[in-house]
Amino acid sequence: MSATLEGILAQALQQLRDAPDLNQLDLVRVQYLGKKGLFTLQMKQLGALDPEQRRTAGQVINQAKDQFQQQLEAKKDLLQNAALEERLSSESIDVTQPGRGQTVAGLHPVTTTLRRISKIFAGVGFQVVEGPEIEDDYHNFEALNIPAHHPARAMHDTFYFDAHTVLRTHTSPVQIRVMESEKPPLKVIAPGRVYRCDSDITHTPMFHQVEGFLVDTDVSFADLKGVVYEFLRAFFEKDIQVRFRPSYFPFTEPSAEVDIECVMCGGEGCRVCSHTGWLEVMGCGMIHPEVFKAVNIDSETYSGFAFGMGVERLAMLRYGINDLRLFFENDLKFLEQFN
Amino acid sequence: MQISEAWLREYVNPAISTEQLVEQLTMAGLEVDSVTPAAAVFSGVVVGEVLAMEQHPDADRLRVCQVAVGEAEPLQIVCGASNVRVGLRIPAALIGAVLPGDFKIKKSKLRGVESFGMLCSEKELGLAADANGLMELAANAPVGVDIRDYLSLNDNIIEVDLTPNRADCLSVEGIAREVAVLNKMDWSVTQIEKQAVNHPDILTVSVEASGACPRYLGRLIKNVNPKAETPLWMQERLRRSGVRSLSAVVDVTNYVLIELGQPLHAFDADKLTGNIHVRYAHTDESVALLNGQTIKLDNQTLVIADDKQALALAGVMGGSESAVSDDTQDVFLECAFFSPQSIAGKARNYGLHTDSSHRFERGVDPTLQERAIERATQLIIEIAGGSAGAITEVTTASTLPQRSAVLLRKLRLEKTLGINLADEQVVDIFQRLGMSVQTQADSWSVTPPGCRFDIAIEADLIEEIARIIGYNNLPNSSLLMRSELGKATEALLDLDRAKDLLVDRGYQEAITYSFVDEEIQQAIAPDDAVVRLKNPISADLSVMRTTLWCGLLKAALHNTHRQQNRVRFFESGLRFINKDNTTHQQKMLSGLALGSAYAEQWGIATRKVDFFDVKADVQALFSLTGADVHFVAAKHPALHPGQTAEILSQQGEKIGWLGMLHPTLEKRLGFDTQIFLFELDQALLLNKQIPKFKSLSKYPSVRRDIALIVKEEVAVSEIINCIKDCAEATLQDIVVFDIYRGKGVEEGSKSVALSLILQDFSQTLTDPEIDAIFSRLLETLTTKISAKLRD
Repeated sequence: MSATLEGILAQALQQLRDAPDLNQLDLVRVQYLGKKGLFTLQMKQLGALDPEQRRTAGQVINQAKDQFQQQLEAKKDLLQNAALEERLSSESIDVTQPGRGQTVAGLHPVTTTLRRISKIFAGVGFQVVEGPEIEDDYHNFEALNIPAHHPARAMHDTFYFDAHTVLRTHTSPVQIRVMESEKPPLKVIAPGRVYRCDSDITHTPMFHQVEGFLVDTDVSFADLKGVVYEFLRAFFEKDIQVRFRPSYFPFTEPSAEVDIECVMCGGEGCRVCSHTGWLEVMGCGMIHPEVFKAVNIDSETYSGFAFGMGVERLAMLRYGINDLRLFFENDLKFLEQFN
Repeated sequence: MQISEAWLREYVNPAISTEQLVEQLTMAGLEVDSVTPAAAVFSGVVVGEVLAMEQHPDADRLRVCQVAVGEAEPLQIVCGASNVRVGLRIPAALIGAVLPGDFKIKKSKLRGVESFGMLCSEKELGLAADANGLMELAANAPVGVDIRDYLSLNDNIIEVDLTPNRADCLSVEGIAREVAVLNKMDWSVTQIEKQAVNHPDILTVSVEASGACPRYLGRLIKNVNPKAETPLWMQERLRRSGVRSLSAVVDVTNYVLIELGQPLHAFDADKLTGNIHVRYAHTDESVALLNGQTIKLDNQTLVIADDKQALALAGVMGGSESAVSDDTQDVFLECAFFSPQSIAGKARNYGLHTDSSHRFERGVDPTLQERAIERATQLIIEIAGGSAGAITEVTTASTLPQRSAVLLRKLRLEKTLGINLADEQVVDIFQRLGMSVQTQADSWSVTPPGCRFDIAIEADLIEEIARIIGYNNLPNSSLLMRSELGKATEALLDLDRAKDLLVDRGYQEAITYSFVDEEIQQAIAPDDAVVRLKNPISADLSVMRTTLWCGLLKAALHNTHRQQNRVRFFESGLRFINKDNTTHQQKMLSGLALGSAYAEQWGIATRKVDFFDVKADVQALFSLTGADVHFVAAKHPALHPGQTAEILSQQGEKIGWLGMLHPTLEKRLGFDTQIFLFELDQALLLNKQIPKFKSLSKYPSVRRDIALIVKEEVAVSEIINCIKDCAEATLQDIVVFDIYRGKGVEEGSKSVALSLILQDFSQTLTDPEIDAIFSRLLETLTTKISAKLRD
């Protein structure tokens, strides 16, 4: 290697070592390997030599160039890694700091409960239907086989607007409205607000019910029992004990109250179940022939069942809420527990 | 209805525990509400007799008594009761006795005199809430016998919550009949003998309203002892049935009511003028009732009257003027069957509810009256003496309820219950229920007894079979139903989606009462015609809301009073409004926001929520449906006049409102911060456009920004509409990215910076083309709204 080449190489390697960053390094690369770079010039000068010498001298220059290039790559890696390290360290944050932006709120537990009930029934094709809350006497009572002065009216503490207009006392009038306008087969659930003129620790003047009914040919009490039983197990997500007790509703016959094993004590007996081990959760029965008559459905051809449940009651049992009045105070400390 | 278990078991006594009996009743549809011991727990108390008594040497109020308690020697017991006297038989607590409240009786000295026990009052035995003096037992009470046995206190009071159809169980006999059926046992009917007639006097009864009163029996009982005391056993049974003992004659009528289920009434015969009439009241007639109330009657009300006036509200309550009293010697006993229709609702109309009306409106056995009047006569004579006259009976057979045969088809029974039953089982159940059965080829003809008003159609019989077999012994089937494919209505947004969006944007769902305080309602929506409740639960829940804001504001206040300084609520539900003489029930979606825009956090400077924060939330709702709505400055009585927008659809339909609560209302309702409200009509909000595809341009889009100076009064929406109205085919989008007032912009004007996105479908737009578009737009903007390009 010529002294000149040796000088160039030594200088080039020194410059590589001294390059502080990738920009400087690139300038060094251009200075030696660029079109007018020092190694490039050396190659160009080979033209003056005879072929034999040219090959030998060329090899020497190439060796020097290779050496430079290796060092260049090594230095480049070094600087790139350093730059990455630098960025990573400067961009490090405390990931435990809270996130920014709008907070998410939640639905009222009554809505959550209603949605679950609807979902369970929608799965087998029940339609969700709503009805008016200011109802006429006919739909709320008469058509449901509760004529004026019927003792059952005393069970409903009714809000009146005038002699013929009331706040619906149950969601059952939706049954009538649907059957008036649609023909069987029918599979409907009707959720909504209902009103009773009663207010104390265990009663609020407004609460929610879900009415459900099914009308088709050959619907039996066994079908009703099966549906109610399956529903309650789906709702509580538990293989709970269910029992049916004879009861009385003017719009169903046979009528039943449905009890479940107390979810608070598992049937052992506690304050919530009045030490009976059972909790009343819904009323149900086979739709009364008088009701079918009122909506012009032939009770010889069709039969059906209906059931009704209190949504707040189910929500209280599901979530362990001990005071009905909390549902309508809308205290954020209460509501946010169900978000 | 509450009854004594021991009394019930005198009629039918199955070998089952109290718990089993109660369970059995409940599962047969006679729901037992409670079982309580007839007496509190106590022991060591026997029947004692005061043999001798002398004054305590050192205490005026105390007596030293010698009391026989059935042992060899009488006990010395010091007593302070005022009614203690020689010969009196009383409950005596012996040494070692434990009285209610775990009160132990020990040997003691009272003012230096030894006492070996205690003489007890009813209160001390837990039999009454209070008492004055010792409990006085009958003169023949067996001395030395445990008081619990003597008074049959080892008994339970069973309270049955009967459904309105089961009037037949409103008596001890009725429940006994049911228990007998459930246990397949016989039961012993009360044995009643015809009473001898000992005087010739009668009162004539004329029934003018024979439809309402198909049967009326009356009888004069003369010379009863007005001072006669009701025997202790009857007092105890009445007490356990929840009836207070009043006087012998009245107690007997109440006793028969509970025993047989037949209401009776006793008049003081001396206070009657002439004969008895059963008729409807005359208009403006009035009657003074036993409870001290005087009521004015209408001509739909059935009364019992004498020749002079109305005496009693038939089947509901007697009158005070003809009532038996402490000196009544001659009694006129009434035992009638009033039709349920004639009594139903009457008591309630007059604000009354009695044991009698409760039974008559549900139905009393129309075959029971003769037994009941004989039973009552027998008991009155046994207890108070006197002599019975003949029974006067007026029966109108044609108006008596007829029990007709009901047909039950075997196939129907099977289809309804989903079970096959043996013929014998069905017949057996009906017969045990007191029904007569005729078996036919594929059906049964069943005639119910007089007491069963609830058996009239086939379904009633099916229910009886199901009830006696036990609902839980019937099969459950798994759901086999016709199924159809569900609907997926795309032109209607699911309300749940809108609610979820609000939840995700930080609004908590509230549910508030549909009836509200009229004052707040009036303040918020003075122009709305409200729907008013006739019988509100309280004055502050008296009208139906015409806006959901009433409840949301109340809920917000509840929370600001509880240290919540950031509240965001929404509610969905009906509003009720009177328009053109009809009540409209309209589904709304409403919201409220107060406090900081974001929950307190480290990265965002704290600032109060403002109009545009809430507007963004409302716009987000509309973006769910793709609706193009207008926010128009407007006035609303509840809202700040400078921060109110009415929301209109493309067709100009009024969808709702958005704005800041008026500062006057803010103060009046008790808030100390700005509140933003919105309310949207769900029917219009949830209307959805089904998307329609437009092809995409292959050419690049160009963004150009311009800043316009306009007068303050020019609304941003006017600028945008002005540009849109130019209908430039290549204009794709307009974004407002800055609004500036201040240095460089003349006072009374503002600078609005807009970015316009342009794109053509057939070529790349060139600069000259873009310049031409902008100069056309500027020209229109200048002419229409005097906009100037900002330098």
